[in-house]
Amino acid sequence: MDLIFEGIIKAFWLLVTFDPEVMSIMFLSLKISGSATLVSLFIGLSAGSALALTQFPGKKIVVGAVNTGMGLPPVVVGLFVSIFLWRSGPLGFLELLYTPTAIIIAQSIIATPIVTGITLASLQQLPKKMRLQILALGASRAQMVWMLVKEAKLPLLAAVMAGFGGVISEIGASIMVGGNIKGYSRVLTTATVMETSKGNFDIAIALSIILLFLAYLINLVLTYVQQRERPR
Amino acid sequence: MSETSAFSVPGSDTQHGASNIQLPATDAILSARNLRVVRGGVTILDVPEFVVREGEVLCLIGPNGAGKTTLLQNICYLHKSFEGEVMFRGKIIGKDHGVFDYRRRVAMVFQEPLLFDTTVFKNVASGLTFRGVDKKEIRKRVAENLERFGIAHLRDRSARTLSGGEAQRTSLARAFATKPEILFLDEPFASLDPPTREGLTRDLEKILLESQTTTISATHDRNEALRLSDRIAFMRNGKIEQLGTPAELVNNPLDEFVASFVGVETVLTGNVVGKGEGGTWIVSVSGKDIEVTEPLSEGESVVIHISPENVILSNNFVSKKTSLRNYFAARITCIMPMGPFIKVYLDCGFPLVAYITNESKESLGLSEEKAVTASFKATAVQVIARKETEID
Repeated sequence: MDLIFEGIIKAFWLLVTFDPEVMSIMFLSLKISGSATLVSLFIGLSAGSALALTQFPGKKIVVGAVNTGMGLPPVVVGLFVSIFLWRSGPLGFLELLYTPTAIIIAQSIIATPIVTGITLASLQQLPKKMRLQILALGASRAQMVWMLVKEAKLPLLAAVMAGFGGVISEIGASIMVGGNIKGYSRVLTTATVMETSKGNFDIAIALSIILLFLAYLINLVLTYVQQRERPR
Repeated sequence: MSETSAFSVPGSDTQHGASNIQLPATDAILSARNLRVVRGGVTILDVPEFVVREGEVLCLIGPNGAGKTTLLQNICYLHKSFEGEVMFRGKIIGKDHGVFDYRRRVAMVFQEPLLFDTTVFKNVASGLTFRGVDKKEIRKRVAENLERFGIAHLRDRSARTLSGGEAQRTSLARAFATKPEILFLDEPFASLDPPTREGLTRDLEKILLESQTTTISATHDRNEALRLSDRIAFMRNGKIEQLGTPAELVNNPLDEFVASFVGVETVLTGNVVGKGEGGTWIVSVSGKDIEVTEPLSEGESVVIHISPENVILSNNFVSKKTSLRNYFAARITCIMPMGPFIKVYLDCGFPLVAYITNESKESLGLSEEKAVTASFKATAVQVIARKETEID
């Protein structure tokens, strides 16, 4: 118990004194996961909207694939991104393995199905006649899509948070393609694993508290969104 | 002996079957030809011809699944799931007239208000924003319509906080703000409570009269249809089965189903057994003779209706020498308060319904099971349909 107690006290000390190493790991994590979320938003919002608003043969198969992708194991993503970026791999010439860019690529692949799936569900949850109502008010197709996205803005915010939450807390892909290089590709999760294995519980706990705080913020926003009512 | 099954309708201006519709082309703002919608091999809409005159209010009534909403959404061009042609001001939409341009000249209000998650002002402005109208004009037109629908005080309120009636007023104001040449209403008051619906119907009636906006409205509410419309189209099984003025539908419904749908209470089937006094005809209903003024033929089988407001109740025997040619000893089977009046169900050997006032009920001391005399004029009996009986 002393170990945990002392660890928590030291962790709070590291946080309140803005320990440079902890801060640098936190900011790098936010930068990498934030970038990956932006990439996944760009792809996922477009793909989710297109899926929600069009009908085509085999749509259910595609939706099923997206839903499966929402639970994509990060280590599997890490494995395939590593193979592709390996020196002798198809994209080895880019020399991206063990760089923050490699982590962004892997995390984007993890987050994109999450954002796509939630976007699809958000737009499908709008009243079915909303689309007809917008068209009946004289909207062009582009205006209609934009209005629907605006109407689903809060569930779409949930997509952002879920995507971000999914990547900031994953470790498998980050450690496999990032390499956990100090000051370069070391993020919150990889650092926590390493510090724990070294017995540096204070730093590990400090990093965990930051992760928990971010997870709490995300869930707070999601709860707010879930409990909100739509207009009549 | 065999009977023909087809019912014909006595002479009237009412059109049974839309294929008979003939209107001057210059009157038509919207018309449709050979409109057909087939889903899963089932024809859910089959309208050979449909014409809407400029400035009129046309109500579509009919049971669930009659095709009212399908007709509205297709002629509004929200779907292109139909075969046939829709013409706006004589031009075929999608051929001589652009679909997008057509949709910007009409507007539709649904059963659900379907408001956007923003303020009332921005909701009402949305149609104008889509059209790229300048901000000054938007402010002016939104203010006009907020005032028109009595919701100016809600201007800055979030749509999320509105009551059902306020939300539907906002939805109507949003449609009117675009100054539509045709307004499509798909049961806009169906989900409102009766007092709110009454208030909104009254306001809409006034606004439609002032604006002379051509309106096509689908509704289940016969009172709303009778009150708002210049013409009513009765739909069943995807077809327009009867089209006429409200008076024509009430006085001369196509059949018993239409009669009950437009609110005719007493519908009876009987046989013409001979001539009465003064040129009337006698129809025998369940062994009781009812005098009718409409010209009939002996031996005919007819369907008649008696308007409840024309039935008089009394505690005394009514002399046959009065103008009330029909009088029957009756027993009250049920008394049903209906707000401003009372509906009295009677058993005269055949069922009969009468409307009376609360005062009349009190003065006559009416109660269930009480014996009374029910009387009505021969002119109060209207023949809905007749069936020729053929003898081999």
